[in-house]
Amino acid sequence: MEIRFKLNGKPAQAEVSGDTVLYDLLRELGCYSVKCGCETTNCGLCTVWVNGKSRLSCSILAASIEGQEITTLEGVQKEAEEFGRFLAEEGAEQCGFCSPGFIMNVLAMIRELSNPTLEEMKEYLAGNLCRCTGYMGQMRAIQKYMEMKKEA
Amino acid sequence: MLTINHYVKAKTLEEAYQLNQARNSRIMGGMMWMRLGNTRIQTIIDLSDLELDQIEETEDTFRIGAMCTLRQLELHEGLRSVFGNGISECVRHIVGIQFRNQATVGGSIFGRFGFSDVLTALLALDASVELYHSGTVRLSEFIKQKRDNDILVSVIIEKKASCFRYNSVRQTKTDFPVLACGVAKYEEDGKETWYFSIGARPMKADLVKKQWEILPDISEEKTREYAKEVASKFVYGSNMRGSAKYRQYLAEVLISRQIRSIITEGK
Repeated sequence: MEIRFKLNGKPAQAEVSGDTVLYDLLRELGCYSVKCGCETTNCGLCTVWVNGKSRLSCSILAASIEGQEITTLEGVQKEAEEFGRFLAEEGAEQCGFCSPGFIMNVLAMIRELSNPTLEEMKEYLAGNLCRCTGYMGQMRAIQKYMEMKKEA
Repeated sequence: MLTINHYVKAKTLEEAYQLNQARNSRIMGGMMWMRLGNTRIQTIIDLSDLELDQIEETEDTFRIGAMCTLRQLELHEGLRSVFGNGISECVRHIVGIQFRNQATVGGSIFGRFGFSDVLTALLALDASVELYHSGTVRLSEFIKQKRDNDILVSVIIEKKASCFRYNSVRQTKTDFPVLACGVAKYEEDGKETWYFSIGARPMKADLVKKQWEILPDISEEKTREYAKEVASKFVYGSNMRGSAKYRQYLAEVLISRQIRSIITEGK
């Protein structure tokens, strides 16, 4: 079946079968930021936004996104780069495999929560696993990034 | 691996119901667990165009559409103001925000999963389910029924419980619970009545009711005795997360804490 949707702000269309998963479709369409880590609906590496909300693209049927708005890291590249520099400065960037999903969820958190406490941040990001650079550096990076945003 | 031949976004509940009568049809919830199964599905039926993603509050009930996400439950102000933090507590440890933005209330309940926090909480709140074909059925009855081809349309919670608490024990954050526990207090026929629900036993949640008048000045020891009695009424099993004996002990502790919390803090 043919589906039409919005991908990173632009109209997109694709031919999908009943069991095509959004994750696979997005990679076919060139969004290579989207990774699969666990295959058990758990790790958060495949995080994309559906109508602005973080979701796991590995468990969304492509057929069900007809008419929806999908955002991947490629669609928020400037913001992701900006936050990525904060991650790097805190030594919180290593192999980078889990970073796109993590960054998507951090950016979703910044849009959803105003002035979150450290505990609230940890809870919001608990569904992003992997994170081999250590969780502390990431928390420092997020706090500094949010402060910068507030001042700007 | 999961294979699906046809995907249909149903235009009416009747269409969804008719399609679901075929043996190889499935209703799609959030696709969280279904995708992990080894199933060949002929037709998958998506209910997302049927406006079942709303929580409607009236004077004496909440009606939660089957396609509401767990995140909607977590954030709903009405549920919080009537039942306190218990509802958000029952979902906020489930995997992560991304998962909860997708997992549906209908999927959680219809699946009658042993690990379900949502089932445990809603059982203590004496919820009902609205089924397209069979009408409204008490959740405590529904969980005993075998899975059939009916469609869960919504979950209804009456605003009967005067106090509600929920707690679970997890070995690590975001994991399945080792044990889940919901406690609610009611006024039934003029008598104080307590509903205790224990889930992840590891079998699915079960309910025990007690007509107990528990006085505010009750001692820690006496509370523990009540909790011990309730905990002993449930059947437990062993698996990789814990033994039956350990689970019964956890149940005692959680029930005791929740009784105390209700007695001392009230709503």
